[in-house]
Amino acid sequence: MAEVLHMRHGSNAGQPITRRDGVLKVTGQARYAADNHPPDMLHAVLAGSRIARGRVVSMDIEAAQAHPGVVAVMAPGNRPPLALHPDDKSVPFSFCLDLLQDDRVRYAGQPIAVVIAETLEAATEGAALLAARYEAEPVEVTLDAEEVFVPQAVGVGDPGEFWHGDVEGGLAAAARRLEATYETPQQFHNAMEPHSVVAAWDGDALSLDMPTQGLALTQMRLAALFGIRAEGIHIRSPFLGGGFGSKLLTGPQVLGILAAKLVGRPVKLVLRRDQMYGPVTHRAPTRQRLRIGATEDGALTAIHHHVRTAVSRFDEFFEPAAGISRTLYAAPAIAITNEAVRLDTGTPGFMRAPGLASGSIALESAIDELAQACAMDPLEFRLRNYAEVEPVSGRSFSSKALRECYAEGAARFGWAGRPLESRQMRDENGLLVGWGVGTATFPAHMFQAAARAVLRRDGTGLVETGAHDMGQGAWTVFAQIAADSLGLDVEQVEFRAGSSDLPDAGIAGGSGHTATAGSAIQAAGEQVIARLTELALTDPRSPLFGAGNVGVVPRKGRLVRWDDENRGESFADILARAGVAEIEGHGSGAADTAMAERYAMQAHGAVFAEVKVDPDLGQIRATRLVGAFAAGRIINPRLVRSQYYGGMIWGVSFALHERAVLDPRTGRVMNADLGEYHVPVNADVPSLEAILVEEDDPHVNALGIKGVGEIGITGTAGAIANAVWHATGIRVRHFPIGIERMLREARAPGTAG
Amino acid sequence: MNRFDYVRPHTVAEAIAAAAMPGSAYLAAGTNLLDLMKIGAARPARLVDLNYLSGLDAIEQLPDGGVRIGARVRNADLAHDAAFRRQFPAVCEALLSGASAQLRNVATVGGNLLQRTRCAYFQDTASACNRRAPGSGCDARGGENRLHAVLGWSEGCIATHPSDFCVPLVALGAVVEIEGPAGARAIPLQDFHLLPGETPERESVLTPGELVVAVRLPPEAAGFAAQSRYVKLRERTSYAFAVVSAAAGLRIENGRITEARLALGGVAAKPWRAEAAEAALAGAAPGAAAFRHAAELALAGARPSGDNAFKIELAQRIAIRALTLAAAGTPDRLPALPASPFAPIPGGLHG
Repeated sequence: MAEVLHMRHGSNAGQPITRRDGVLKVTGQARYAADNHPPDMLHAVLAGSRIARGRVVSMDIEAAQAHPGVVAVMAPGNRPPLALHPDDKSVPFSFCLDLLQDDRVRYAGQPIAVVIAETLEAATEGAALLAARYEAEPVEVTLDAEEVFVPQAVGVGDPGEFWHGDVEGGLAAAARRLEATYETPQQFHNAMEPHSVVAAWDGDALSLDMPTQGLALTQMRLAALFGIRAEGIHIRSPFLGGGFGSKLLTGPQVLGILAAKLVGRPVKLVLRRDQMYGPVTHRAPTRQRLRIGATEDGALTAIHHHVRTAVSRFDEFFEPAAGISRTLYAAPAIAITNEAVRLDTGTPGFMRAPGLASGSIALESAIDELAQACAMDPLEFRLRNYAEVEPVSGRSFSSKALRECYAEGAARFGWAGRPLESRQMRDENGLLVGWGVGTATFPAHMFQAAARAVLRRDGTGLVETGAHDMGQGAWTVFAQIAADSLGLDVEQVEFRAGSSDLPDAGIAGGSGHTATAGSAIQAAGEQVIARLTELALTDPRSPLFGAGNVGVVPRKGRLVRWDDENRGESFADILARAGVAEIEGHGSGAADTAMAERYAMQAHGAVFAEVKVDPDLGQIRATRLVGAFAAGRIINPRLVRSQYYGGMIWGVSFALHERAVLDPRTGRVMNADLGEYHVPVNADVPSLEAILVEEDDPHVNALGIKGVGEIGITGTAGAIANAVWHATGIRVRHFPIGIERMLREARAPGTAG
Repeated sequence: MNRFDYVRPHTVAEAIAAAAMPGSAYLAAGTNLLDLMKIGAARPARLVDLNYLSGLDAIEQLPDGGVRIGARVRNADLAHDAAFRRQFPAVCEALLSGASAQLRNVATVGGNLLQRTRCAYFQDTASACNRRAPGSGCDARGGENRLHAVLGWSEGCIATHPSDFCVPLVALGAVVEIEGPAGARAIPLQDFHLLPGETPERESVLTPGELVVAVRLPPEAAGFAAQSRYVKLRERTSYAFAVVSAAAGLRIENGRITEARLALGGVAAKPWRAEAAEAALAGAAPGAAAFRHAAELALAGARPSGDNAFKIELAQRIAIRALTLAAAGTPDRLPALPASPFAPIPGGLHG
C-alpha cells in the first residue's frame, strides 16, 4: 500500500528533509513581525487595567503626553472611529475585541489606553504616567460562581447537550461504576513570540507585519472593522514564534493599527509577556464529572461526561471538553452535558487541542480508574472497549490504526508484565515507578484553502499559497507537496507563503493546515500537469503523442508514460515546442462533505508514560514517554516526529506543571511570567519517543493526510496521571498534579480541593 | 519616572562613598534588581554599579583553613571551583540547583544574599505589600500563599527568602564581611537577614551604604565535607524556586554524631538554621529515629501563614532526607541533577 501512495504522489513527500527555513532561524535571519522597522516608525505601548471589573475613572493623559518623546496617547476619547463595533463578530473564529470603546473594564489586563512615542522607553514611561484610577466592582473568577447556565453550543457549534442510548440504565446495570470529578485550571498559550504588529497606513491601504494563524480571516476582519477593502490590506506573516491558537486577530494588534491611524505614521506594538495573560485568550478552566459503568468483565455500559467551564461576561467560547467521549470508546450509551459560569476574565479561546486536552485527561483518568475497579490491565481494558465504529453515529472510521498504535507503543515501551496493582515498582534508588497509558485522538479537520501553481518555461515550478509557519514546518512540508504535485524535485520549486496577497490558505489551526492547504497545492499542481499533458498528447512531435490510454505521469521534470517511464520528454521541451511561456493552475482544498458524512475521521494514538515519584516528598518526574500515532499519510517524518514530541511535552505540562494562579479577590493573574507560570524544562522530559504508525486513509482527502499538530497532548496528560497513580496508589484528580496535591491526597484521599 | 543616578566606582571606597546617597542600591549582575526596576517594584535613586570595581572576585584559601569568597564571584565560578567543591560540596550542590545555567553564569555571591523575595504581591505594584511599601498591608495574607513562610513570619509579612546558596552557608556558619561608611565589620550569616516583625522592609542588617564584600566559611565548616548534602523540592526539575529545601552536614565518629548542622530553605524570610535540631543530633546514633526527632524540633515553632500547612510536614520530610543523605556520605561527584530527589540516592530509600 505504501508503494502505491509513493507512486501516486511522487518522491518528495515521505522524506525526512530538514526545515528549509532552519538556517535562517538559527542564524537570526528569519524576520519575525517585530523585526520590521519601517522609516518614521513609532513605538506603541499598551496600558492594561489593573482591576478586573469596573470603570476607569481617570487617567493622567496630560502627564503621559508631556513626557519627552511621547507623540500621542490613544484613549476612548480620541480613538479613531471604526466601521464596526468591536463586539460585532463579522468572521468565523473571531472574538469580541477591547478597542477602547468605552471606560468599562471587563477583565484584568484589558487595554485601557495606548501610548505612542518615538522610543519604546518613552512609550513605556508614558503608559506608566497614565496612573489610571478605577471604580472597582466585586469580581468572580472561579468555577464556584453561583450563576450557572447551560450553553446552547460548545466549541465551534458542537451541541451543548447530547444523549445517546440509555445512560441511566447502563449505569444502573453496571457491575463496576465510577463517579469522579476532575478539575483543570486556566492556562495561557505563552507562545515565545509575543503578539505584535507593525502597521503602516497609506490612505486606505494598510500594510502590516503581524503574526497570524489566519491571514485571510484577519484581512477580512480588519476590512470590516475599518470599513476598507480587504484587497487594500497587505499582511506579511512569514514566521510565527508559536501560536497555539492565540494568534488569530487580537485586540492589541488592532490597537496598534488604530495607533498608526491616529498618528499618521507607522507604529509598532509588541505585547510584554505579562500582557499575554488577558487580552489574547486562554484555555478555560473545567470541572468535569465522569459517570461511567462497566460489566464485570470490563465492557463499558455507559459514559456520562459532564463539564462545567467558564466564559467571559461578554463573549462566547465554551471549552468543549466532553466531546472526546463521543468518539473514543465503545459504549452503548453516551451522554454529554455542559454548563458554564461567567467570569471577570478575558474570553477563553482555542488553545492546544481545545476541549480534547482537558477532556482527555479526565476521560483517560476515569477509564483507568474503572479498569482498576475491574481488576483489568488498563491497556486490555481499552482494547476491550475498542470502538470499531464511531460509537454514537455508527459510522465507520475513514481509517483507524489505533490497535496498531497500542501494539507498537506497548512493545516499544515494554508494557508487558506491568503489575496490575499500584506501588509495586521501585528503581535502584528506591523511588516509586509507575506506568500509565492514555489513548490519543484528534479529529481530521479541514478548512478552505486555495493555491496557485506555475510551471515555468525552464521547467521549474512556482507554487503559492498564503500558508502559515508557526514552527511546525509549513515552509518545508508544503514545498514537498508542491514538488510532488508538479513532478519536480523540491529544489526546483519556488514556494511562496506567509503573505495575504497570495491565495487564501485557510487557517493554521485545528491541526488541519497541511491537509487543507496541501490539498489545494496538490490540486493546483495537478491542473498544471493536466494542461501540460494535453499539450504533449496532442502534439504529433511528442514521444508521448497518443499515450492517452495508458496515461502519463510527471517524474523529475519530465512527463513520462505510466507504463514505461523511459518514454517521455522534459517539461521545458514540451513548453518550448508549444511556444508556451508558462502554464498556470489553480486548486482548492476543502473537506469532502459526502465523505465526511459517511466516515468518522480521526487521528489516533497511544501514549505510554513512566514516572518516578519520591515516596516521601511527592516530587514527580516523567522519565520516559513513548507515543505511537496513526495520522494517515506522513509528508515529512522528521517534522511530524517533532510535532508529536512537542505535543507530548505539552501533555507533561498539562499533567504536572501548567496553571494560571488568579487571585480571587482581584481577578489578576499572579504568575504572569515564564519564571512562575511553569512549563516543562529539559530536565522534566528526559526520554521521548514517537512512533509513526503506518495508516493509509483513502477517504479523508486526496493526500490521505490527517493532522499531527495537537494529538500529542491528548493521551499523554492522562497517561502521566495514570502512571502517577500506578507509582503511588494516589489518584490526583485536580490538575496539574503537584507536590502539594500528592501530599494532601496521601493524607486524605479524595478531599484535595 | 524613576530617574536614577548611575555611577561606576572603581574601588570599594568609591563605591561606599557613592552609595552614601539615600536610596542608593548596589548593582552586581542585576538578575533580580533590574527585573524589579522594570516592573516598578524597586525604585532606587542611584545605582552604584559594582561591575567596574577591581577585586572582590577571588576565592581565597585562608591560612586558618577557611575560605573567603569575594562578593563579586559568579555563582557558576564558585560552584565549579575544584578546591571549593571538595571542601564544601553541599554549597556547590545548592548553587547548581538554583536558577538556570545562564543566570548562574552572571549572578554573584553578594547578590544572592541580597536577592528579594519572589512573593507575587511584593513584585506586583498594584498589590499591598509592607515589604515594598511599608504600611500598605499584605495582600499575600488571604491570597495566593501556598509557598509562603511557616516559620518566623509576622502579621505584616509572610514572604520567604528564595536563596538556595544561603541554606548550606548558614548551616556551615558562614560569616558575611561588610564594609561601610563607618568601617568594616563581620557578622554571621545567621544574623544577616532579618525576620519581618513590624518592619518587613528591613531585610538585612546592612545600614545605608554598607556593602557586602565577601562571605567567609570558617575552617571548621570544611569538617563536614565528607557528609553534607543539600536537597531541594520544587515543582519542576529545574529552574524553579524551592517549595522547601534543606542542607545537612554531619560529623560521625564511632557510630555517633559528634556534630550536626541543619538549615532549611523556603520556610522563612531568612535561611533557617535549626539549632535545636543540631543540638539534639549531637551524640545521637545516625538513623531514622534521630532524624525524625531532629526534623520535628526544626519545625517546632512552625505554623501556617495561609493555605500552606502542608509545608510544615514537607519541611520535616526534606530535613530527614537531607540528614539521611548526609549520613550516607557525600557522593564523589556532584549529581547531574544537583539537590534533586531524582539524583542517585546512596543506599536507596527504604519503605
